[in-house]
Amino acid sequence: MGTMGVMAAFVLRRIFQAIIVMLVVSLLAFVMFTFVGDPIAQMVGQDTSLADRAALRDRLGLNDPIILQYARYLGNVVQGDFGISFRTARRVDVLLAERMPATLELALVAALYALLAGVPMGVYTGLYPDRWLSRVFQAVSLAGISLPTFFIGILLILFFGVVLGWLPTFGRGQTVQVGWWSTGLLTVSGLKSLIMPAFTLGMFQLTLIMRLVRSEMLEVLRTDYIKFARARGLSNRAVHFGHALKNTLVPVITITGLQLGSLIAFAIITETVFQWPGMGLLFLQAIQFVDIPVMSTYLILVAAFFVVINLVVDLLYYAVDPRLRMDSSAAGATG
Amino acid sequence: MTKAVSDDLEIEPRLTPARRLVDGLRRFFDGDIWHSFKSSRITVVATVITLVIFLAALFAPLVSPSNPYDLATLNLLDAFTAPVWVDDTGAGFLLGTDDQGRDMLSAIIFGTRVSLLVGFASIFFAMVIGISLGLLSGYVGGLTDAVIMRIADIQLSFPAILIALLIDGVVRGVLPSDRHNDVAVWVLIFAIGISNWVQFARTVRGSCMVERNKEYVQAARVIGIHPIVIMLRHVLPNVMGPVLVIATIGLAVAVLTEATLSFLGVGMPPTRPSLGTLVNTGQNFLASGEWWIAVFPGLALATLVLAVNLLGDWLRDALNPKLR
Repeated sequence: MGTMGVMAAFVLRRIFQAIIVMLVVSLLAFVMFTFVGDPIAQMVGQDTSLADRAALRDRLGLNDPIILQYARYLGNVVQGDFGISFRTARRVDVLLAERMPATLELALVAALYALLAGVPMGVYTGLYPDRWLSRVFQAVSLAGISLPTFFIGILLILFFGVVLGWLPTFGRGQTVQVGWWSTGLLTVSGLKSLIMPAFTLGMFQLTLIMRLVRSEMLEVLRTDYIKFARARGLSNRAVHFGHALKNTLVPVITITGLQLGSLIAFAIITETVFQWPGMGLLFLQAIQFVDIPVMSTYLILVAAFFVVINLVVDLLYYAVDPRLRMDSSAAGATG
Repeated sequence: MTKAVSDDLEIEPRLTPARRLVDGLRRFFDGDIWHSFKSSRITVVATVITLVIFLAALFAPLVSPSNPYDLATLNLLDAFTAPVWVDDTGAGFLLGTDDQGRDMLSAIIFGTRVSLLVGFASIFFAMVIGISLGLLSGYVGGLTDAVIMRIADIQLSFPAILIALLIDGVVRGVLPSDRHNDVAVWVLIFAIGISNWVQFARTVRGSCMVERNKEYVQAARVIGIHPIVIMLRHVLPNVMGPVLVIATIGLAVAVLTEATLSFLGVGMPPTRPSLGTLVNTGQNFLASGEWWIAVFPGLALATLVLAVNLLGDWLRDALNPKLR
């Protein structure tokens, strides 16, 4: 089989796996959707008559046979119709579409900041493990792993919000509508509101990237080709950045890519601390009110994010690293 | 060969249990692990802190200044007292009080107790599931292995906190809301345990696949020992090192997950608060200046998690023969 054939087989297998995962998740979502809780009790007041309740139950299609409900559910999901929120009585897809820009902006800015700060910090600690600044970075990374996300957020709110009064402690500030996308990146208050949440959300990823780059650098610097590069009389700069760093970047890009999915999930915590009006906050409220359509839709949406990101990262990895063409199972996911 | 083995077998039973304990201890204190422990100052500090926190949590009713659950001792007039070094009222509340006049130090000690209870129980649960499935997967192989590991792969690509949140949400939907506070602790243990079994399973499976093909296991199989006995008596002891490391770091993760869920308002109820619940309550008073209600439980949590993490890091290195 030629390289193209192997490539095509790999891509097809990956896509097939992705479809299986999405089917499993949609089944889980449907089971939740169908068997958990009594949506009618959530939606109506104490004084709603039994007849009204029955009418509502009928209108929501809760009296139909299970098979019919599942078929309808799948059909609707494929068309982007995820049902009606029990809590707000609005369409779930509209609700989530409203909230999505906030979460995506937060996650992307957090990922960018984690990458831009984490890589240099990792390179520095890898090159000069014994300098005092490296020890400071190491201590920061330990704190980043041990401090709970929500506690970092609370300390930031206390310090920069309450004591110093520099930054807003909740919400998204002013947003500007660009088509259907509402962005906070174009106004001063929007940007100021973004600083603390993005820092909080990116902190864990930053420490992860820093530790990864550090250990990769330490490993690469011991290899023969670095010794030969030095023997050839290349400058430190050329060796460190041209040869060593370049080879650490493949796993770093992979992990950052895979972590983008986790960022969207971990945004639930950050959004709660800062009352950031994103999907995570919506999901948490859905859990508290047992708003099953929103919960199951969020599950499907996050799974789709994960599956797509995993797929893209796997394919990129495959394109970048020739060794993988022999063994396609090496690009695993991380928790 | 056979001679040496039978000699061993003869000598062993003659030792009294006390003698064996002394021997074991002496071997431990002469050994690599104790040496590596002594020479890492930060690990010693982390261990002392961990022990102090564990003991305080265990003996909470004895060591805490008051019982935060005893409504009779609470006085609303004491509410929002600042820590002693900020504003000494002479009432003896070292870390101040919350909105109900509850002593924060006592609340933290009792909260740590709840956090650790959930942490230990859930990681134990995760360990039991993970080890069982890992042994099964590694020993039986084939389709069983493929199915278990595919589930593990899929689960591992989702963050544990999301899985725990979903389980919590589903239970909330199934149970009537007035029952929810009573079962909150069990739901948490189940949710956190389920979302953390994969690491155990993967490690145990890997070691099990290696051990399975060794001669002693084949010999045991030939003489007709039941596979379950082989797994538990012969394979399992060989994988306990890595399992211990995962369990230690897993404890930190479990405590953190519990705290996060409680902070989000879907974990322990305010009637039986864990450290996360305390931070959640305290968050409401940040803007009005009563910072201590949120900050001290958070600090206690961070200290606990940091100490256990350091211990786990050290243990991983100490048990890794490559690094010795």
